[in-house]
Parts: sequence; C-alpha cells; structure tokens
Amino acid sequence: MMGPASSLIRSGNPQGAKPYERFLLSPTAWGQLPAALQQEPALALLGLWADATQVHACFLHEPSAEAVLASTPAAGWNYAALSPARPGAVRFERMILELWGHRAEGAVDLRPWLDHGRWPLRHPLAAKPIPFSGEPPQPEFLPVEGEGIHQIPVGPIHAGVIEPGHFRFSVQGEVVVRLEQRLGYKHKGTLSLMLGTSPRAAVRYAARLSGDTTVAHSWAFSAAVEAAVSVTPPPRALHLRALMLELERIHNHLNDWGFVCNDAAFAFPHARCGFLREGVLRAIAAAFGHRLMMDRVLPGGVAPDIAPRGAEAILASLDAVEAEIPSLKQIYEAHASLQDRVVTTGYLRPDLARGFAAGGHVGRASGRDFDARRLPQNLPYPTLAFDVPVLEAGDVDARQRIRVMELGQSIALVRQLLAKLPAGELMAPLPVRAGEGLAMIEGFRGECLHWIALDDGGLIRGIFPRDPSWLQWPLLEAAIENNIVADFPLCNKSFNCSYSGVDL
Amino acid sequence: MSGGFADTLISLVTQVLHLALILALAPVLTGCVRWLKARLMGRRGPHPLQPWRDLLKLLRKRPVLAENASAISRAAPYVALAAAVLAAALVPSFARGMVLAPFADLLLIAGLLALSRFAMALAGMDVGTAFGGIGATREMTFAALAEPVLVLAALIFAILAGTTNLDVIIGIFQEGALGLRVSLGFAAVALLAVAVAENARIPVDNPATHLELTMVHEAMILEASGRHLALWDFQASLRLTLWLALLAAVFLPFGMAAPGAGPIAWVIGLLVFIAKMAALAFALAVFESAIAKMRVFRVPEFLGAALLLGLLGAVFLFVSTGLS
Repeated sequence: MMGPASSLIRSGNPQGAKPYERFLLSPTAWGQLPAALQQEPALALLGLWADATQVHACFLHEPSAEAVLASTPAAGWNYAALSPARPGAVRFERMILELWGHRAEGAVDLRPWLDHGRWPLRHPLAAKPIPFSGEPPQPEFLPVEGEGIHQIPVGPIHAGVIEPGHFRFSVQGEVVVRLEQRLGYKHKGTLSLMLGTSPRAAVRYAARLSGDTTVAHSWAFSAAVEAAVSVTPPPRALHLRALMLELERIHNHLNDWGFVCNDAAFAFPHARCGFLREGVLRAIAAAFGHRLMMDRVLPGGVAPDIAPRGAEAILASLDAVEAEIPSLKQIYEAHASLQDRVVTTGYLRPDLARGFAAGGHVGRASGRDFDARRLPQNLPYPTLAFDVPVLEAGDVDARQRIRVMELGQSIALVRQLLAKLPAGELMAPLPVRAGEGLAMIEGFRGECLHWIALDDGGLIRGIFPRDPSWLQWPLLEAAIENNIVADFPLCNKSFNCSYSGVDL
Repeated sequence: MSGGFADTLISLVTQVLHLALILALAPVLTGCVRWLKARLMGRRGPHPLQPWRDLLKLLRKRPVLAENASAISRAAPYVALAAAVLAAALVPSFARGMVLAPFADLLLIAGLLALSRFAMALAGMDVGTAFGGIGATREMTFAALAEPVLVLAALIFAILAGTTNLDVIIGIFQEGALGLRVSLGFAAVALLAVAVAENARIPVDNPATHLELTMVHEAMILEASGRHLALWDFQASLRLTLWLALLAAVFLPFGMAAPGAGPIAWVIGLLVFIAKMAALAFALAVFESAIAKMRVFRVPEFLGAALLLGLLGAVFLFVSTGLS
C-alpha cells in the first residue's frame, strides 16, 4: 500500500540505483514532498545528503521494510526543507548547508553544525568553495526561558577519556530543562578524502569512520559498491563478514553493559565485562589478526581468511562469556540500588523513536521493530535463525536489556556461522564500471547506511556514509529532559552514540 | 611537681606520636581501600602506597591557577588542610590522655570539619566554572543535613557521659559501665551514614568517577593541580582516617592505652588500632563494591533518615533518663 509521499517519489524519473531505485524529482514535485510526508507517517527518513548539484533523501517504508531514494536538483536555488515533516532531517540540512552550500527553504534550524568557523573554506564540497578567513563565530544556542535557569557547559574536553563533544545544559536546580549538543570536533573531511578515489582505496576511510563499529561500516560501504557494480561476494566471504559483525556486536555490547553499570558507580559488572570483552578481543586478534577487525572487509569480499585455529579461540572466548552472563544478569537485576538508577531514567517516548526512525537498541527499546539483518539482500542472514528483541519501556534499563538479549542472539549466530562456514573463494573481482548502490548493515548501534555513486572509471563520484547515531543523538536531547543532571552520563552511555561517525 | 611534669611530657609524646601516625597512615588507608576494592573486583589493584607516591609527585609540581583565581584559590587548600590536621590531632588513636585532650570536644571537631568543607566549597566557586559551582551546592546541601547529625550524636554522648569531650567519653565507654544502649546503636548508624557522606564515598559520591556531572567532592577540586591538589587529596585522606578513627574510638574503645600508660600499652594500643582500621577499611570496601551510587536527590532522604535516627536516639535517652 503506497501513501501520497511514496507515490509522489515514484512518479519521478528513475536513475538506476540498486537495489533500491532513486527517483529524480523536479523542484516543484520535491516542494510537495513535506506535505505528502505529513500524510504518510509510515515513510521514515533514514538519511538526507547531497552532492555538488543534487540533494538526495533515503526513505524507508516501515511496514514493508522497502527503501526508496529521492533526489532533486539543488544547485543555484534552495530546495524545500523536509525538517517540518521529519524532525530527523534537521541535522542533515545543517550539514548539507555547511558541506555543499545547498540551503533548505523553510528549515526548522540552519545554525552551523560541523563548521565551527575554523576551516579555510566554506562549503568545501560545493562546486566552487569560498575561501574563508576571520574570527570563528560564537556558537549560538537555543534560548531557554523560565525562573532560575542557569547553563552548564560541558566539554568538548571531558574529565574522562571519551570522544569530544560539547553539551549545553539549561538546568533548574538539578533538573535538565534543555540539553543541546554541539558536535563537529572530530571532523575529518572523510567525504572529500573518499571522493575521486577507487572503492578499494576508500574502504579504509569507511573502516575508520567510527573505530568501534568498523566492520559494520566497511561492510556497508563494500555492499553499496557491490550493489553498484552488480557483484555478489562468494558465500565464504559473506559468512566471514557476518561472523565479524556479530563478534563486533558482542564486544561492544559487553563494553556498554559494563560502562552503564560503572556510570552508576557499580563497578563490579564493569570489571567482569571488561575481562570478558578482553577475552573476546584476544580471540578475534588470533582469528583475524586485528582486535577490532579493521580493514578486514573489502569491496568484493574479505581478506585475509580466518586463521586455522581461529574458530576454536572464538568459541572458547564465547563459552566464557556465555557462562558468566546469567550471574552478571542476576547481579544487575538483584541490586535495588542499581535498578533504582536505571529504571525509568532517560525515558524515550516510542512516538519519538518512530518519528526519528531511530535504529538499533535505541529504537528497539522504544518499540521500533527494525533490524537491517532481516533485509532479504543482506546475505547470509536470511539463511540464519535469530530473534530481534523489542521492548516498549524506553528507559536506560530497557536499552540495557536489549543489549543483553542481543548478546545471547549474537553468540548463537556466531556458533551457527562457524558450524556452516562454506569453503571457497574470499574475493570476487570488481568490474570497473559506473553504477549507484545503497546498503544497510546492522551494526551494534543500528543500521549503517552507505550510498555510493561510481563514475565510468569506477571512481567514487558521490558518497554518503550515514552512521545510525545521526538519528539517535537528537533523541538523547529528548530523553534527558526532566531528568537530573547527574543522570546524564548514565543516559548518554545507554545511548552510546558515535561522535566520530557523525562528524563527517 | 616532677610527677606533673612527667605526665605532661608523656601526654606530649603521645600527642606527637599520634599525629605522626595519623599523618603517615592517612594516605595508606586510602590506598588500602582502593586496593581492597580492586581485589574484590578481580583486579590486581594499585599498591597501597600509591597515594603517597602520588602526593610526593604532586607536591613537587607547581599549581596552575585560572587567570581569574583570587586569593581564595591559593589559601583554601592550606586552610582546609590545617583544619583537618587539627581535627585529626583531637581524635585519639592508640592512647588517651594526649596533650590536646582537654580541647577534644566533639563540637570543636565538627566545627573544624565544617571549616575545611567551607574552604573547599569556596575554592570550588572561586574561578566560576560550572562544575565547581555544582559540586559546592551539592556539598552544602548534604552538609546542611549531615552536620546536625553529628551534633545530635554529640548530644547523645553528652547525656550518657555528661560531657562532649571525646577523651572523657571514650574513657567512660571503655569502662563499660554504661552497657549496651539502644540510643548508642542509633547514634552509630547515624554516624556511619554521615561518615559516608562526609568522605564522598559510594552511595553518596563516587571517589573514582571521571564523570564531571555526577561529581560532588571531585567537582570542587577539578581545577586544582600540583601542590594544591596534593593538599586537597591529603586532606581527603585525613578526613577518612579521622572518621574511621572516631567511629573506632567511640564504638570500639577496647585496647586503647590509658592516659600516662607506658610504651608497652602503646604498642598494644597501636596494634589494636591498626587492626580496627583495617577491619573498617575492609568493611568500607565491601560496602562500596556491593552498592550503586544513589540519585543525587535521594541523598537528602538518606541523610534525613540518619538525622531522624540521631533524633530518636536523643529522645529515647531523654525519656529514659527522665523516668529513672
């Protein structure tokens, strides 16, 4: 069943993207899109980006889990903003203005986001960047009105060792009235580094977008390239990718579980989870030669193969994890002082999670049932048996429980994958040809979405890697409202969004 | 007159030995608690002497002050440490009858602790960073409830012993003439709660945290560095030692050498004191490992309960002494 927005998009001119079609809309048709989106809430916005001449949007029809892309020419005039209809578009529109210089007409918010006024160029990815020199402007924050409100600036340098980001709290006593994030401190110019290079060279940047979710990003990048040139990697490569992805999920979920407890000053689970994670990481290093499996997934396949004794090392480390999960869970649940901290803290409303199309544990703890592993093109997952846990509670505790349940599922998946690891090639040759592809791979934070366009020489003409955190960061601002300031670290850790992943 | 002179000399020696012991022991005690907590978590843990090493390292470093720091930032660590040292000198460890014993009034100790806390809160607010302010407001909110508990406990002891002088109170408790009293039990629980809050321990505060938004004690000294940080850290260790020594002296008074006793009694007192402190440090480490930090707005409830217990203890005593 298609709603008004879906029909509007599909009335455009198809551009030959795979596996989901991209339709080019005239500026007039795009101008009708916000109103049509209002009437079709089931069409979620997954990402919004641009190239030098066009603005592209990726939508997901939630009931059918079908994605569709829409584009409109943007150079020389303003494109219609989607943020009035889809709140998740706000940060994308800010980014598009800063990187490509396309201005969204009627946008909710266009304040600077990544560009802190310290780059030598304005709109570095536009056809003609403008040289810029001068004093960096003072950041603007949204006004907060009320009696006795004061501001707490936190970061970008923190007392602990975490990624840099600035948080501006407006508080009344201990209660947070508004939180605003200001990121961009980890801007690396990733997009301009990737443009004009070959996919084999650019995958290294995708792998370094956010170190903890390197497998998911490099797989999503590779899958987008493979879709663009219509290549299917050999089965062994796909199985090894899934194996690495699940191991990545396991070590990150273990890490987050420990850190959430530690942020409530309950250090025992932190110590145990850290110990178990270290065991898994060492097994991974033995199997794949790198603790985080960076640069193991390449366009066309994987390299190198799993080490001869790697499977045993992985299974042994997972046995240790599995043996300790019940007692850790018991400790987590039985301590009233800990439960008092996590239950009802940082509540995220299900309608907000749906409105922002939040993926991963953030969405699934607030009732949004989406997992990119269930998409039919994401082999080998359609051949494997696994559950996707979904909860409605939406608090720190619910996000934690989702993680623990996913941990069990991932361990079972690793066993399945190792049991039926097919023999054969690891790499399929990549033809040099033009094409356009999109891929979504479920990392531990949610689906990593990569769009790529190759020119006739097989070089990257357009690229956008969208980390799941793009749609989760704004929700953290919503979840912390009316909580106390001292509970922010706990909420923040339960979301665990990536700073680096969004500071493109 | 020569006997009087000898007594004074002995009490002076006791005092000096006591002070030296407490000053040397304080960082070791902090180190022991940290080490025990690490062991309980399955970690190897830093050496118990690590706090001493850190102190010696920091003492050699010049403090870095904010441009707008006033004289308060410079003076506060010295004021706080001086008050803490003086308070620590008043709480007996291995022997009673120290030269400062006549001044060892519980209310004076409470006042000295309040002075050192006041200096810390001022230092937190001096340069005007947000975290210092948050820490200072939280600390003062907690102190407003914690201080009356200490005064109420002093009241209970005063009713039982007829004085608020710590040395005399311990002497009376040591004789065991009072027996077990319900009010003393209440006072013990109330004082334990205050000790936890005063020393920034879990569940009120987390001494190991790196999360600036959750800090209380650490937030106030977030700007401190070098020598000043060493003084603040030493002061915090001293307070922990002082509180544990106070609890041990009042509620576990056995083994302490009597006034004017010789070196043999001192050695016994010293060994018993170290055993008591080790037991308390172990209890603290176990307690801290088994509990999460409470939400900030629950701390006033927690201290309010302690206040109520102290009040109940005092009321029971009033009623029972009135009836008998």
